[in-house]
Amino acid sequence: MRLVRSKTPEPVSYGREDVEVIPCPDGPLLVRGADAVRDEAGELHPTTRPVVAVCACDKSQRMPWCDGTHKVVRRKP
Amino acid sequence: MQLPVARGPLSSGVIDLLAGREVATTEALVQLVRELPDDIDLLTDDDFHLALWVMYELHYAGFEDVEPDLEWDPDLIRLRREMEALFEAELRRRAEPHVSSTMAAAGDLAQRLFDLTATFEGPSVARFVHREASLEQFLELMVHRSIYHLKESDPHNWVIPRITGRPKAALVELQYDEFGGGRPERLHATMFGDSLEGCGLDREYGAYVDQVPGYTLASNNAMSLLGLHRRLRGAAMGHLGAFEATSSIPCRKYAGGVRRLGLPEVVAAYFDEHIEADAVHEQLAFRDICAGLVTSGQAEEEDVVLGVTICLLMDVVVGERMLADWQAGRSTLLGGTSPRPTTAPVEAVAS
Repeated sequence: MRLVRSKTPEPVSYGREDVEVIPCPDGPLLVRGADAVRDEAGELHPTTRPVVAVCACDKSQRMPWCDGTHKVVRRKP
Repeated sequence: MQLPVARGPLSSGVIDLLAGREVATTEALVQLVRELPDDIDLLTDDDFHLALWVMYELHYAGFEDVEPDLEWDPDLIRLRREMEALFEAELRRRAEPHVSSTMAAAGDLAQRLFDLTATFEGPSVARFVHREASLEQFLELMVHRSIYHLKESDPHNWVIPRITGRPKAALVELQYDEFGGGRPERLHATMFGDSLEGCGLDREYGAYVDQVPGYTLASNNAMSLLGLHRRLRGAAMGHLGAFEATSSIPCRKYAGGVRRLGLPEVVAAYFDEHIEADAVHEQLAFRDICAGLVTSGQAEEEDVVLGVTICLLMDVVVGERMLADWQAGRSTLLGGTSPRPTTAPVEAVAS
């Protein structure tokens, strides 16, 4: 299965150089240290959380953020 | 907060001791605990859990007119330990089948913990609130939740000084978000208070203790039990993980129910916040904290799974009783009353 969409939202940080992107198996991308995430359409989504979960299943109702929906989408064995 | 109203001999004995009236000695109360009948339900009993909740509360905000130093009174701690031993044994007994099957399953620990939370059988209070709860029933839910959510995340903080490395950094990162990331108005406990106020309910900590049944106090006591014992640090973090992993999707349903009922947006804002926050927190909790503690040798896998199961089990105990009352047309609160808003939820009336 695709863990990460072909056009992953891109983390944007203002001045920090230590932005980390960690894919969670069957789950979202954890992005640590970003100030915003730029989606496929180029729109910036700011955040103030120290770490955010970015949707990787394309099913979230709160894009680009994960809302847990991947858990109700059947996992492939 | 004032001392609550007693519900039986144990809570009455403890409350009297805290108020400086030694009607029963702690020794007599210890004896009472030892002689508790076999058929009391240690996950729901009103008297038992109010007594234990009052003793735990000494470690949090305490009570007006109660000597603060009683927090470390050896006699009270001794009584508390007698009660905790019974409560813990019952939690372990009820959790055992789930712990064994999760321990026996193959695969990555974090994934097994997600699987356990996803497959644990129990009723969904969130679905009921989303689709059919009346305004009165939703207000009752807020009253139950106020016992914990006005000190949201506090019980898991006890674990911070007891762990190190990656799991510690992840726990603090998670809690920093719970505590508003430096912005007091974003403290989740404060947001819950705003949400209560938006419902026309009292936001003062402990305002509704006298109205909630033993099962609600028991689910709070489970968190304090796990949080206050370093021995149970793995279970405390398992509990945290299960709490977070059963939050995002239910919170979306709660937010939907809030909007269906026409309550003010500030009420929904609390639940909206948890949809996104807890989608992050569940990953941190199960992967970096729980699995991290086990792989670094700081906790036993069995303890982590126990904590996950205790959280899920108490959710079922609470959910089954609330839904049974609601489906029978009864109030879930003591005395059978519905909470009376102190102020009308104005926007709700307008919409």
